Amino acid sequence: MKKQDEEWEVLNWRNTVRLASWTFAWTASVALATFGPEYFWPGNTLPTVLAILLNASLGAGMIFANIRHLKGQDELQQKIQLEAMAIALGVGVVGGLTYSLLDTTDVMAGDAEIAMLVILIGLTYLGASIIGQIRYR
Amino acid sequence: MKNRLKVLRAERDLTQAQLSAALAVSRQTVNAIETGKFDPSLPLAFRISRLFELPIEEIFQDGDPL
Repeated sequence: MKKQDEEWEVLNWRNTVRLASWTFAWTASVALATFGPEYFWPGNTLPTVLAILLNASLGAGMIFANIRHLKGQDELQQKIQLEAMAIALGVGVVGGLTYSLLDTTDVMAGDAEIAMLVILIGLTYLGASIIGQIRYR
Repeated sequence: MKNRLKVLRAERDLTQAQLSAALAVSRQTVNAIETGKFDPSLPLAFRISRLFELPIEEIFQDGDPL
């Protein structure tokens, strides 16, 4: 039984490292697709399309790595993640629509940026995860 | 739901880390079950039952008066 238990911990660790690697690669590809056309290949569409395709592919890999990571966690960890995701989704939808309304009704100066929504969801998810970890500590 | 996990673990001189390893869950989960913050699923309750060689109802008691 000892070997099997150690395997569970090792598997969890591997899943976490795998998810971190995919996330890092995806984030780097976002930077490449964003800044590449401006600094590395100005006026050339083909590398831009390839960079965007690379970004989407790495994004798909990151999603599968996340699913694998979640499935590898134990039931309490999954519960904490589920609650954090539910809160992040709710805040994202409500906050995103409020932000969009501020833009479309011209109450807000400037245009709404999708990056702000991603930051909002990310920070909410992070905060909710930390609170969940503390609550069940 | 109440449980005797902490007592049973102490009787067998097991640490939370050893019990969590034997059950293939995190130490946090064992602690949350012991303190009553988290109720385990039926499959995990059966794993605990097999590990301590006791029927589930001798480990977990329904705290809901209904």
